[in-house]
Amino acid sequence: MDVIEATGRWVRFRVEEAGRAGRFIEETARATVSLRSWFPNATLQMRRLGVDSLPIGLLIAVFTGIVLALLASYSFTGAVPLYFVGTLVEKTITLELAPVLTGLALAGRVGANIAAELGTMRVTEQVDALETLAYDPDEYLVVPRVFAGTLMFPLIVGVAMIVGLGAGWLASIGFLQLSTDEFLKGARMFFTAFDVEYGLVKAASFGFAVTLIGCYKGLRARGGAEGVGNAATAAVVYSAVMILVLDAFWAMTWLHGRS
Amino acid sequence: MIKWLDVYKAFGEKKVLDGFTLDVHEGEAVVIIGYSGAGKSVAIKHVVGLLEPDRGTIEVDGKDVPTLPRKELYELRAHIGYVFQFAALFDSMTIGDNVAMGLRKRGEMSESEIAGRVSEALELVDLPDVQQQYPAELSGGMRKRVGIARAVALRPKYILYDEPTTGLDPVTSAVIDELMIRMREKLGVTSVVITHDMRSAYRIGSRIAMLYEGRVRQVGTVQEIQQSKDPIVRQFIEGRATLEDGESHSPAAPGAAIAGGATARGGGRV
Repeated sequence: MDVIEATGRWVRFRVEEAGRAGRFIEETARATVSLRSWFPNATLQMRRLGVDSLPIGLLIAVFTGIVLALLASYSFTGAVPLYFVGTLVEKTITLELAPVLTGLALAGRVGANIAAELGTMRVTEQVDALETLAYDPDEYLVVPRVFAGTLMFPLIVGVAMIVGLGAGWLASIGFLQLSTDEFLKGARMFFTAFDVEYGLVKAASFGFAVTLIGCYKGLRARGGAEGVGNAATAAVVYSAVMILVLDAFWAMTWLHGRS
Repeated sequence: MIKWLDVYKAFGEKKVLDGFTLDVHEGEAVVIIGYSGAGKSVAIKHVVGLLEPDRGTIEVDGKDVPTLPRKELYELRAHIGYVFQFAALFDSMTIGDNVAMGLRKRGEMSESEIAGRVSEALELVDLPDVQQQYPAELSGGMRKRVGIARAVALRPKYILYDEPTTGLDPVTSAVIDELMIRMREKLGVTSVVITHDMRSAYRIGSRIAMLYEGRVRQVGTVQEIQQSKDPIVRQFIEGRATLEDGESHSPAAPGAAIAGGATARGGGRV
């Protein structure tokens, strides 16, 4: 009987949580209409969440590019022409690693930052104070962050793609004695604009998810420092899981079946 | 006029308001007293729509707050100042920007007019030189005064004070009391004040209401409360650990668990 009761409670909690999340998304969507209210804050958030996150995106791209080039060379073991290193680096960086690895790093940096900031505002009644001053927290706090995340993640990932390719190229020249022409030959051989488009759209969806989850968890924080800590942790975990889910979603719905 | 009529509010199993009824007439300063966690903050949060009642009505100037559409609710909030227990200043902004926030949202004044109103509000609370400072650089008492300045800058019809003197030394408490009296006398603001401090309640209140077990136990003028025969009221105002018959009495605190961040989505209307 206890098991049934516990299961019932768990299901009920999950359904209620899904309902709350649905309502949150609906209210956020409604708040986007009032462009004049949220846009001034969005520029500040674009700098904080986007520009300030650029160094970590670039750092990841540099090391990923180097490792990919060396991994490719190791895997080919002489059976595959070495200029295919360029192909592998280009495809892997643009389609998968630049968006996903950058997304995961930003889930930590941006997701935790948003959840901690809004969580602190919630538990110190600053969100209530905003409301009593006739500010809508969705317009003032949520929409600017979600807009900034959705716009800036692809920008960071775009730069990470270029830097990752550059790092792969330098590693190929430096460690694999591959010429620039050979590397570019491989990189161009199977390159399509779709690769970039796919990577950037994926990054935008990651930015949307990470910022939305950060805002949701932050605004639902309870009970002081511990509550804020829990909100930040939950934001990072849910964001990371959502990135992997979205990655699979895009692969199944957009990539799968293309030749 | 602010009117709570038969208001019920529970958080899970915990009943916080259980048939709470109280009227606040224009020009009055009604002080709500009661044990910690009795639901005083919950009661005033309903006035600005930060919480929705499970049952009952809350009217401000004849408008039923819980049923107001979002736009009208925000319009109503523009006429009500709210002074939070811990000031709730925006810590990433200067004091000047904190006080200007509500005025900027209204969009009715130029930046120079807003600057003038901010200076005026800060002078009213005797803090004319803190505009460029951040909340973290001020003492607790100064932050509370800035909280009052932020509320009065909007020239509201009503101000709700949530424990404005809690945690302050007696002199600073007296300064805040004087400030609240000044707001009422100078600006004609109708006030609702939550406090545990009976000296403060006697000083500022035109009427005092005691909230007990979710409803008003007694409401009356300062003199009526001071002369109350109700043992629960007497125990509270005299600050005794036991009732007059020596019986130990320490009520449960139904609202204690929902202090602070009780108004997140799902808890109320956001």
